[in-house]
Amino acid sequence: MLQFDKVVLAVDGFRLTADWSLPAGARVAVIGPSGAGKSTLLSAVAGFLAPQSGQVLWHGADLGPMDPGARPVTILFQDQNLFPHLTLSQNLGLGLRPDLRLSAGQIQQVESVLDRVGLAGMGTRKPAQLSGGQIGRAALARALLRARPVLLLDEPFAALGPALKAEMLTLVAEVAKDTGAVVMMVTHDPQDALAFAGQTVLVANGVAHPPQDTAALFANPPQALRDYLG
Amino acid sequence: MKTSILATGLCCIAFAAPAQTPVLTVYAGDYFTSEWGPGPAIESGFEAFCGCDLQFSTGDLLPRLMLEGERTQADVVIGLSTDVLARARESGLFAPHGQDLSALTVPVDWPDDTFVPFNWGHTAFIYDTTRMDAPPATLDAMRTLPDGVTVVIQDPRTSISGLALVLWVKAVYADQAGAFWADLAPHILTVTKDWSESYGLFTSGEADMVLSYTTSPAYHIMAEEDQTKRAALFPEGHYFMAETVGKIAGTDQPELADRFMAWVLTPEFQKVIPAANWSLPAALPQADWPEGWADLPLPEKVLFLSETEAEALRVEAVEEWRAALSQ
Amino acid sequence: MARRAVAITAAAVAAWVATLVLLPLAAVLWRAGAWPALAQGDGQALWFTLWQALLSAALSCLLAVPVARALARRQFLGRGALITLMGAPFLLPTIVAVMGLIAVFGRSGLINQGLAGLGLAPLSVYGAPGVILAHVFLNLPLAVRMCLQGWQAIPAERFRLAQSLGFAPAQVSRHLERPMLRAVLPGAFAVIFVLCLTSFAVALTLGGGPKATTVELAIYQAVRFDFDLGRAAMLSGVQVALCALVAAVVWHAVATPGFGAGLGRAPLLRVRGVRLMLADTLAIGGAALFLLLPLAAIGLRGLPGLSDLPPAVWQGASRSVAVALASTALTVPAALILALAVTKSGRGAGLMDAVALLPLASSGLVLGTGLFLLVQPFAAPSTLALPVTVAVNVALSLPFVYRLLVPEARIMQADYGRLSASLDLRGLAWLRLVALPRLARPLGFGAGVSAALSMGDLGVIALFASDQSATLPLVVQRLMAAYRLETAAGAALILVGLSFGLFWAFDTWGRRHAAI
Repeated sequence: MLQFDKVVLAVDGFRLTADWSLPAGARVAVIGPSGAGKSTLLSAVAGFLAPQSGQVLWHGADLGPMDPGARPVTILFQDQNLFPHLTLSQNLGLGLRPDLRLSAGQIQQVESVLDRVGLAGMGTRKPAQLSGGQIGRAALARALLRARPVLLLDEPFAALGPALKAEMLTLVAEVAKDTGAVVMMVTHDPQDALAFAGQTVLVANGVAHPPQDTAALFANPPQALRDYLG
Repeated sequence: MKTSILATGLCCIAFAAPAQTPVLTVYAGDYFTSEWGPGPAIESGFEAFCGCDLQFSTGDLLPRLMLEGERTQADVVIGLSTDVLARARESGLFAPHGQDLSALTVPVDWPDDTFVPFNWGHTAFIYDTTRMDAPPATLDAMRTLPDGVTVVIQDPRTSISGLALVLWVKAVYADQAGAFWADLAPHILTVTKDWSESYGLFTSGEADMVLSYTTSPAYHIMAEEDQTKRAALFPEGHYFMAETVGKIAGTDQPELADRFMAWVLTPEFQKVIPAANWSLPAALPQADWPEGWADLPLPEKVLFLSETEAEALRVEAVEEWRAALSQ
Repeated sequence: MARRAVAITAAAVAAWVATLVLLPLAAVLWRAGAWPALAQGDGQALWFTLWQALLSAALSCLLAVPVARALARRQFLGRGALITLMGAPFLLPTIVAVMGLIAVFGRSGLINQGLAGLGLAPLSVYGAPGVILAHVFLNLPLAVRMCLQGWQAIPAERFRLAQSLGFAPAQVSRHLERPMLRAVLPGAFAVIFVLCLTSFAVALTLGGGPKATTVELAIYQAVRFDFDLGRAAMLSGVQVALCALVAAVVWHAVATPGFGAGLGRAPLLRVRGVRLMLADTLAIGGAALFLLLPLAAIGLRGLPGLSDLPPAVWQGASRSVAVALASTALTVPAALILALAVTKSGRGAGLMDAVALLPLASSGLVLGTGLFLLVQPFAAPSTLALPVTVAVNVALSLPFVYRLLVPEARIMQADYGRLSASLDLRGLAWLRLVALPRLARPLGFGAGVSAALSMGDLGVIALFASDQSATLPLVVQRLMAAYRLETAAGAALILVGLSFGLFWAFDTWGRRHAAI
């Protein structure tokens, strides 16, 4: 269970509060106006921003003292998810062992995950030789390898076209099912939220509201969401 | 610590002499012990009869001695110039030499009981006959050099020869030294830190005249068979410079040090000086100079300020120079 | 834990550098026992030192921008070789550099021969313009390389975006180049300013006389001639204070450009138009002529002396190479640790940044004298000549390597800091997989600079030198003192060749391993 316990986040005069929790296996869309603090919320879970007060807890344990890499979390950023100077296999291998001293079994694992996300045979390529969709798939493949119980998506597919994005969301759903992870996905698009997430967190006016049923939320949007949807 | 271990591994360590052989440590100027200097011949010459191991230790002489003080490893110091003797004496590190100086052939009185000269020369402006047919005939003519004639000199604040030059001018012009510098200033192409930079500028054709020594042409004549470099000799006289040797009072080899000091005044040592040091021997009659040296044109009149006179004038002379050239 | 280990190591390195610089100064001061007042002419020296350093640094940076931009956006045959060669003046021993400049700009140099051929009056290089000319000659290459690295660090994607938006060169300059220069130029300016601050033989020889007296000359006079240690320490303190001031100003002026990361595609800077083509040709051609002609003159001067070099030259050369390699092996890791710590942690970063500039401002002579005083109670200084040389070389070349690393380390941190943290990539694995490949270019360049600078150093060894430790610069000096000017020029050419060879080897390694 991922719990936000009276969390107050503060960055440069901007404040965001959150006080709710997500059950294991939950899939949540995070939606709200630009600059409302969606990425900030994810940063607090990933460990890039310490709360001013309150705690982020995983199964009742405070994540505060843990370094980002030690948290039970995988995060996909908007971009820079891959190191450009490393090959695809190496970028994926980082998910298994950060020092890349992989065993034969782990190398095999990387190969099979590449195959699974449709990148078979591309392990020796560098990111510059890949398309945007392939980069997204590679990043997801690494999430699959890391198999952390929390998966955070900070709009990693925002730059992709509708078809590609749909493909990625299907892949995310598979990854989530495989790993049983809680997924929090920042999105601008109500369709993504409806298609992917059972619940939605609305971030607006300094508050990350408790998750609500996505279909119900969009059927009867509160004022802040109506303003955003226009 | 890692640094020193690493670099000690890289550096060649001075080979140790057999335990029973006494070691005479001689501090010398940097140029002295190179294969082109007099050091190697002096070392083998002395070791041939002293039953000792002569070890040169090179580097800055006076600053190093002053820093080391009583702790110095030196037994003998060779190469101190006349114009730093006052400060060397003041350090109290040197013992009286106790030598009989009657063999000296330097052109000035040498009543010094501490330092023994082993070479000498005079300051002079050197010119190239292929570029200058009518060199100035007097020091005073330096004040009225033709337009476009350039001179390069050394800085009296960083160079012994540069200091000798301002003392030379001071000795000739006294109160008028500032006026001399003001007249010469337009012809001074530049001032360098060391003698060697000036000399390089002169030989590469950048300047017409260079402040150097009356003995400089000897190198070109004897080593290069080049007769075109000459010293302009002036009737006003040329400033005397010598390099000396002194014995450290706290030496643990007083006897060896005395023998070395005595050897400095012998013809065997003195004959090494001209061609290795490109200066004149301090205790060798002209008749015994190596071939060619007796023909070297030398000035008739020698100027020399005593240590106390020089020390008294030094700061003022340098400041006059600086003020005139800063205009 | 790992982060703390980096911070502790970095603090240790910074403390070591500060100690190496300040302890000798303190030793000299303690020995002198008095803090004297400024002497006659000191005010003038200080003023001249300051304004020539400011002007030299400003001109070097200003001229570097068009040259680096032209090199960044043009492809032509021999471009790589030209970039490497143009770095050479910075690595020249000063006395050799002066001779090269005089061969071109001097009274009987190329330019005046040309003017005479045209019946025009000769130009005199001696005076303040000569000092600045020499300092620009020596330091322009450094500024160009620092800017060029800045250009190469802008991801290709940003230039593509600019092109797709139809940016004119002026807009590219405003949105991409100027922010990058704001990150790079203050550091370059600081290093060059401090370098010119401590210049002295160049300033005196080309300055034409005592008008061009610098503070460093006064220090030299105090140490070597007047034996006035208090005065030397006081003047050295003035230099260190000036350096600290500059470090503080630069620390606040530097901005991280924040271009974001690219995918490592090859930069594609294409510009069209005859005017820009002309401007770039002029910039590259002009810089190449200005920097390479004196180099060629040095080569020509040295060639005749190469025929019969004495064995001492080769012995000195091997000692110098060993010293240079040892210095580099210590300098590069130290600079890397400092740069990484400064970019990562907030606390103490400003102080560490200042420490990394400090050694440049300290006079080599005072450093040498202080170390002599410190070493002397425990060992005969002449037995430690080479270790001391290495230690001082490390201190003196660290600032350059550090300055080269910092801007790119900042970019690396901004672009990949979070990704590395989220993947738990840290410690040695992070160093091997992220830091070293991403910083290979400045590391190689920095190692080359460090090695070449360590070949040329002379100031410190004078007090410690023994026959068994004569490095190549000392051999050159001895040859000159013995009238062997032709042989000395040959040996100097060997020195230049070796320095440049070491620089080239390291730089090439860095460029080859650079993660684009």
